[in-house]
Amino acid sequence: MKTIRLYLHYISINIRCMMQYKTSFLLSAIGQFLVSFNVFLGIFFMFQRFSNVEGFTYSEVLLCFSVVLLEFALAEMVARGFDTFSGMVRSGEFDRILVRPQNEILQVLGSKFELTRIGRILQAVVMFTYGIVKSNVVWSLSKICTLLFMLIGGTVVFTALFFIYAALCFFTLEGLEFMNVFTDGAREFGKYPLGIYGKKMLLFMTFVIPYALIQYYPLLYILDRRTSIFYMLLPLAACWFFVPALLLWKFGVRCYQSSGS
Amino acid sequence: MKKYLSFFQLRFAMGLQYRTAALAGIITQFAWGGMQVMMYRAFYHTDAAAFPMTLSATASYIWLQQAFLAFFAVWMMENEIFDSIVNGNIAYELCRPVSIYNMWAARSIASRLARAVLRCFPILIVAAFIPQPYGIGTPASLLHFLLFVLSLILGLAVTVTFCLLIYVLAFFTISPQGLRMVFTSCVEFFSGAVIPLPFFPDKIRSIMDLLPFASMQNTALRIYSASIGTDEIRRAIGLQVFWLVVLTAAGKLLCRLAEKRIIVQGG
Repeated sequence: MKTIRLYLHYISINIRCMMQYKTSFLLSAIGQFLVSFNVFLGIFFMFQRFSNVEGFTYSEVLLCFSVVLLEFALAEMVARGFDTFSGMVRSGEFDRILVRPQNEILQVLGSKFELTRIGRILQAVVMFTYGIVKSNVVWSLSKICTLLFMLIGGTVVFTALFFIYAALCFFTLEGLEFMNVFTDGAREFGKYPLGIYGKKMLLFMTFVIPYALIQYYPLLYILDRRTSIFYMLLPLAACWFFVPALLLWKFGVRCYQSSGS
Repeated sequence: MKKYLSFFQLRFAMGLQYRTAALAGIITQFAWGGMQVMMYRAFYHTDAAAFPMTLSATASYIWLQQAFLAFFAVWMMENEIFDSIVNGNIAYELCRPVSIYNMWAARSIASRLARAVLRCFPILIVAAFIPQPYGIGTPASLLHFLLFVLSLILGLAVTVTFCLLIYVLAFFTISPQGLRMVFTSCVEFFSGAVIPLPFFPDKIRSIMDLLPFASMQNTALRIYSASIGTDEIRRAIGLQVFWLVVLTAAGKLLCRLAEKRIIVQGG
């Protein structure tokens, strides 16, 4: 309880800090909005030309895209501190965190709460609503549950990826650009159901990094392609991915040698 | 001219230093290109008739786009220039007997060239070994290849002059962030970085083809695999020259205007 109160306090500090630069905040939010709007326009114009892709229609892809976007946006808003973590290690800021009598994860999470990402969240919510309205899914209780599980599982998986990204900074001292493939790349290419990328890719995304568990399989259930209840629970199973991420982080903290500045 | 050449050399040599960053960039761009090829493959499998160009031409387009990303990515603008405008260091540069427009041009071209030199060869070589139609194909003919190189250089020049226009505009707005984001996403969309221009519906495309953004990467990448007719090539290259002249003129004019009424920020 105390932890949550502390976290909320961190957030309120961040928000007040950001509100000192109102114009800048507004422009960045609009910019964020435009950036992900481009992705939507890409999908829209592709489907002006093609009626479907591997059997998935425009409205189905839209649902898929909007769910992934919302998952990513939620994870990013919470775990953004981990994304800029390399700077924290290099500047020695992390040393200060370690000597404080609080959990280090909480402090890193609280160090940066990206309100400018509100542009992306806003867009994700608009897209999500649009996607749900546009999709011709007959919503039942089990399908709504699946959708919720997808959001939970997806946010956890993306957060875990941010964790891994940060944990690697302990060893390399700088952000690894190729990790973007797994975070931004997943958002970018997760706009289409992952099955379209071929069998091998799907296997990779099922067993190595569980993207398919939070996107492709539950989507099949929602779209009535599969009926087994098993597909509904897969997004929750994807949460296992958080375990290795957390272990890597703990291992990193134990190995941490200050960068000396 | 000599002084701009040395600005160019300095910047180019500096750009070549970032080799680890380049390696990371290569891996990222490779994964990105690969995913994109697979995505278009899925669309091709579904409905080959609706595809505006051949699959191998699309794959070549994607790999070239990744290889020469540093030429055309508008988001890779020089932070130093924006910083110098925001923190007032620009005052030193204004004291020097050089035109800041030309100096910025030399710097931008050099750093883009250095990045591309480091990154393009590994990507092109590996992509050449990927089996057809998913790898990069050979150019349609020698003439096409020569025209491709010409158009590539023109495209780089158009991109740089467009960026210069944004730097100059930053004199007027002071905080460049919003300006930058809005322009970047517009350019991405209209230049064919989101989806290649041939994939747009014909009506919209005929307008997009005329805009300066189409003269950036679109022309060169399409000439390479001849997904554009001979007459159209002539027109497209003419259009590139036209936009280059217009953008340079506009940039220089605005720059002179800005220099007259400039207020240097304290710092």
